[in-house]
Amino acid sequence: MAVKFEKVSDHDYTLDVTGYVCPHPQMYTKKVMGKLESGDVLTLMFDNPSSGESIMAMCEADGDELIERSDDGGSFRWRIRKA
Amino acid sequence: MSSDVKAATMGVPASADAWYGHKGNLYALAIVGLVTLGSVWSLAQDLRWVYLLVYIWFGIGYGIFLQYGRFCMASAVRDLFAVRVPRMAVGMLIAVMLFSLTAAAVQVLGVNTFHPNAMGWHILVGAAIFGFGIVFTGGCASGSLYKSGEGNIGAMLVVLSISFSQAIYVTMDGGWLNKLIPASWTASAAAKGMPEELSVTQGWFDQFTAGYVWDLQGSQLSNHFESVFSGAFLGNALLGAILPSLLLMIVLYQTAYRKGYLRRYKITAPGLGDHLRGIWSMVTASRNTAIAGLALGVLAGGHMWATGALREHYEIFNFGELLVDMGHTAGLSIQDTVFDPGYWYITTQEAQWGAWLLDKAGMQMTDSIYFGLDNGIPNPLINAPGWMSIGIILGAALIALVRREFKWKVPSLETAMFALIGGALMGLGARIAMGCNIGAFFATVTNGDMSGWVFLAGMAVGGWLGVKGFNAWMNWRAGDDLAI
Repeated sequence: MAVKFEKVSDHDYTLDVTGYVCPHPQMYTKKVMGKLESGDVLTLMFDNPSSGESIMAMCEADGDELIERSDDGGSFRWRIRKA
Repeated sequence: MSSDVKAATMGVPASADAWYGHKGNLYALAIVGLVTLGSVWSLAQDLRWVYLLVYIWFGIGYGIFLQYGRFCMASAVRDLFAVRVPRMAVGMLIAVMLFSLTAAAVQVLGVNTFHPNAMGWHILVGAAIFGFGIVFTGGCASGSLYKSGEGNIGAMLVVLSISFSQAIYVTMDGGWLNKLIPASWTASAAAKGMPEELSVTQGWFDQFTAGYVWDLQGSQLSNHFESVFSGAFLGNALLGAILPSLLLMIVLYQTAYRKGYLRRYKITAPGLGDHLRGIWSMVTASRNTAIAGLALGVLAGGHMWATGALREHYEIFNFGELLVDMGHTAGLSIQDTVFDPGYWYITTQEAQWGAWLLDKAGMQMTDSIYFGLDNGIPNPLINAPGWMSIGIILGAALIALVRREFKWKVPSLETAMFALIGGALMGLGARIAMGCNIGAFFATVTNGDMSGWVFLAGMAVGGWLGVKGFNAWMNWRAGDDLAI
């Protein structure tokens, strides 16, 4: 099990932190969002519910937009557009 | 963020199926059914088990709201420093304010079970070690329990580590550790005239307890008021909890929320009204956390009232007296007492679980003040606060199942190591500070005991150092993997 960060195409990235618990998902997300440029979209996959609350608050504080969200059976797949 | 997206996905997912069509709901119902059946069965044996049942049912209530609000005090300090998110810190302060009011009401009713902690440097040191540990475990003492209920095996390892590490710390016998103990502690411990079987001049924790902590004073703000009502509501609640909490909320708004709020609403020249609306926005930003804070505050007060009322009814000071009456004398302390705080607490009952198992494995656990004189090591089946912790796990599992969030999660080697080492640090910190984020912080600041704010300061310092350490680890571990 390892953190997977990939560039899918121009302005489109994925970060998979499935299997990780606090504080890994939110800290990796913060780090990756800091590297992206405005308008880039990150598809984030995680399965630690409490990290979701922190990531959502992070998005609101930074102005990033949660454009798509799927929460299914404890597995989360969010798409975030960087402000 | 689109409010539609948020609204559509908050809470329980809509489903056209009948409620019984989902396995999670059936498992949740089974949990409620089993605990109800167990409660009825135990009451049929002896009505006095109601004292223990109060702990388990309030535990279930705590577990439900801890999971509902993702309520974890590790997150309160860690996320603030690591990702500048004040969500949990705000939720924690809401819970503090509410619990202070319910605790004050319980005090006026004359059934408050709280005892103040001794104030001293040990709280700051212990809390800092605890705060460092919680960054690596990913959860505080109560957070690890509710996350265990979500199927998180890493969190279960944290609970295991806290349990055994505490049991070992408080019973470690002499050896080279005795050389680190100040002679004044040894002399002071010896002068207390404790029974010989406790061997209080052997082992660092006994000498720390009897030679240092017992010489310190603890107090509540209500002691400075003549009227019980004024002492409880003005002293303990308003001065001790509500005003400091409001002050901290302003600090949180100023340092972690204001900038983003003003940018989001394009406010360039903010007035007082804008800032007040900003603070309200911060409070309501995470509805679930705020609701959990309110509910936990009310539950904690209700728990204190229920236990206090039962003590009055049975004319006892400690559950041990009831156990003796019911013929259960094994595992009690030499005073015939057991750990029975009468309110929300986490770490001591976990230490008792560890000690009970180590005792069964042949280790000497009762020649200590902690177990031998005060808390005992009762069989986990009759350990009332232990059932509260199990209740927290069951309550969290119940709501996680209903919300489709229960998932067995096997930790990686890295997570397991963090859980075990971080848990051992949490155990050490909790014993030095004489409690965890619940017993030494939440239950204290809400009852006019200012030692709780010292604990929070220590936990914040430890959390800040932990975040620095965790960042360094993360950069070393995954620096290349995160390169664009």
